[in-house]
Amino acid sequence: MQVNEYKPKIVAFCCNWCSYAGADLAGSNRLAYPAEVKVIRVPCSCRVNPMFILRAFQRGADGVILCGCHPGDCHYTSGNYYTRRRMALLFSMLDYLGIEKERTRVEWVSAAEGAKFAATMNDFVKTVTALGENKRLEDLRCKK
Amino acid sequence: MQKITREVLIAKAEELLSNGTVSKVLGLKKGEFSYDQTPAVFTDIESMKKDFVFDDFSGANFSKYLIKETKKGEGKTLVFLKPCDTYSFNQLLTEHRFDREKVYVVGIACDGMVDIKKIKNAFGDGIVSVDATTDTLKVETLYDGVKEIAKAEVLAERCRNCKSKKHVAYDELIGEDGEVISSNRFDQVDELEKMTADERFAFWQNELSRCIRCNACRDVCPACTCEKCVFDNPNSGVQNKAAANSFEEQMFHIIRAFHVAGRCTDCGECSRVCPQQIPLHLLNRKFIKDINGFYGDYQAGEEVGNRAPLVNYTKEDLEPSEAVNKGDK
Amino acid sequence: MRKISLSNLDKAFALIAENAKLYIPVDGKGGASFKLWQEGVKMSDALNTVRSAKDFFFPQMETLMEFKTEGKNIEIIDNRQEKEDFVVFGVRACDVKSFEILDRVFLSEPVDSYYASRREKGVIVSLACGRPSETCFCKTFGIDAANPAGDITAWKTETDLYLLANTEKGEKLLSAISSITEDCDGKAVEEQKKQISAIMEKLPLSNVTTEKFGAGKTKEYFDSPAWDELSSHCLGCGTCTFVCPTCQCYDIKDFKTNEGVQRFRCWDSCMYSDFTLMAHGNSRASQKERFRQRFMHKLVYYPDNNDGMFSCVGCGRCLTKCPISMNIVKVMKTLGGKEND
Repeated sequence: MQVNEYKPKIVAFCCNWCSYAGADLAGSNRLAYPAEVKVIRVPCSCRVNPMFILRAFQRGADGVILCGCHPGDCHYTSGNYYTRRRMALLFSMLDYLGIEKERTRVEWVSAAEGAKFAATMNDFVKTVTALGENKRLEDLRCKK
Repeated sequence: MQKITREVLIAKAEELLSNGTVSKVLGLKKGEFSYDQTPAVFTDIESMKKDFVFDDFSGANFSKYLIKETKKGEGKTLVFLKPCDTYSFNQLLTEHRFDREKVYVVGIACDGMVDIKKIKNAFGDGIVSVDATTDTLKVETLYDGVKEIAKAEVLAERCRNCKSKKHVAYDELIGEDGEVISSNRFDQVDELEKMTADERFAFWQNELSRCIRCNACRDVCPACTCEKCVFDNPNSGVQNKAAANSFEEQMFHIIRAFHVAGRCTDCGECSRVCPQQIPLHLLNRKFIKDINGFYGDYQAGEEVGNRAPLVNYTKEDLEPSEAVNKGDK
Repeated sequence: MRKISLSNLDKAFALIAENAKLYIPVDGKGGASFKLWQEGVKMSDALNTVRSAKDFFFPQMETLMEFKTEGKNIEIIDNRQEKEDFVVFGVRACDVKSFEILDRVFLSEPVDSYYASRREKGVIVSLACGRPSETCFCKTFGIDAANPAGDITAWKTETDLYLLANTEKGEKLLSAISSITEDCDGKAVEEQKKQISAIMEKLPLSNVTTEKFGAGKTKEYFDSPAWDELSSHCLGCGTCTFVCPTCQCYDIKDFKTNEGVQRFRCWDSCMYSDFTLMAHGNSRASQKERFRQRFMHKLVYYPDNNDGMFSCVGCGRCLTKCPISMNIVKVMKTLGGKEND
């Protein structure tokens, strides 16, 4: 095995009610997903301000994924509908600025979808690993 | 279309001041050079006759100044608004930024404003005077005498792609109202979208690296009316100081554009004031184009009370993954 | 005095670039800016760069030091690299004068060693202004656009570039390119000086004077009612301060990197609401106070502390760049009264 194999840093914002519980379920079912994924629990996916996503990249993340309840299932009725619009626009803007669009993703994961959580993370880590290090939204000061 | 002149506006102001409709006039005061104009408040007609100016350089959007002006004392403020300004005006009213009752709007037709930077690009420094009474500008320079240039060639970027000649708010109009017109304002956005990600990245690096974080784009923007901007907050990590590196430059411009997404009327003030001539309107227009494409046509400020797309949703909205892949098709 | 044909200028640049980094004004999107010279880079004909030449000595942002902590130990790292010599070519008279104004701030005790080392390593080649702009008013501050200071003064005619060394550093640089320059008399230069002086007289702002300003005028102007109107539409952006060659305010901040702390300084502007922010807030609570501060500093406070020297050089950048076109000339004319109009 190669010693210096590149391991990306992934930040996953998970909503408290669905996706975080989904991650829990993945854990209790012993479904493996890469340790590179750092989960940050948020009350609702719409709590995630675009600045959080940029800040994650600044601080060294190579990919940021945002997970929330399925549309229609939001604990707060409509939070994830707003998330959906915001992130559609934000990701489109990042793409417009030439930042690789594969580095950002939104996925709906319910509390019952432990398997989906693990599969999503595995897939996302694979995608970001293929892209390599985040260079376009990096802050060099955070690399030392 | 009736050509709006300084004299026409002064006559209107005189009428409204003397019959007590308004107590002050928000306008432009002439400065050192023929293109140099500063916003000012006039309370009497004599000072207006002396200093008031209106010509092809009077491009400033006055709607934002109304927030401050309407808070000062009783009485109405008279303001002359071009069609594009009226959209900002409505957007500000939608957000309850000032009292409509304290403003008297006179809508004025506009056939485009001139950008002094473009005149200087054509003739260099040393512009002594510009005569813009006809569609051919007579520019007197220090070194090459009087030169002529077609107004169309030196139109400001936003006027070149004017989206509407229609006033969406006014108490009275001078001349006839125009129509919403079809413009090519998204052409440059299209061009950028057609580039590869690498090319786009290079393009924006070249543009944004010139940013000195003077914040003029934010401070002039009629959509940026927060009492305290997130970038004024020392705890934001990207506060109101010169940018430390390229990340901060990108962060500032992405977040600023995002914060006005769905509220930006595309008035073009940000690009007009940028000392480094960064095409900031291309960021805003990207959001406008996406909003139109994803959620149906929306023009901020078209009507007072419209719900902005980012504080709205439908159950059938497209997914973010579909949004970023739209360009690939 | 030496001269070199303009067609040979690239050779001279190549010679200079052998021993030092050479920066020249280059046209680009948004206007001219100083860029590192390389083969093929062409000098701009623009009168001035968008940003001033102060950037070379007082950059927009610089790291002062870094801290690393391990357990209870804090390691302080001075990561200044010994900067190599550099040459800035084509600095206009106003910007050259601005260095003198910055020197009084940064080189007086306690000396700012970051600034000092750059001043030491930098060689300034100034360039007389063949075609001043309508926004120029350097004459107001006693600056001669026809005869700029600097280590070397240069005059550009249609065909040649004339060079005159003013300092030891300048002599050294001139001797480095002596193989492709020739001795000459100063006739062409005298001719150009006369022309420039004649143009300076004709400029629309040539009658602006500083007579009414200077040391000891604080009481006269501080409470002037004119400030209300002057500042009433100021947006509070920092354009004027950031393009100004003499504005020298900065903030020092700590940035937490992933493994330590980086202490850096960046330009700051007295026009900002969070300038010199303290626990109780900004000591200048309104935009009027902040606006007044900027102009009083340039026209009264700085002269107070610096033998009457004003901290404006009349480069005219704020005149072209201010979003609302409010500027020091308007302030001087308003406060100074009719005589100044």
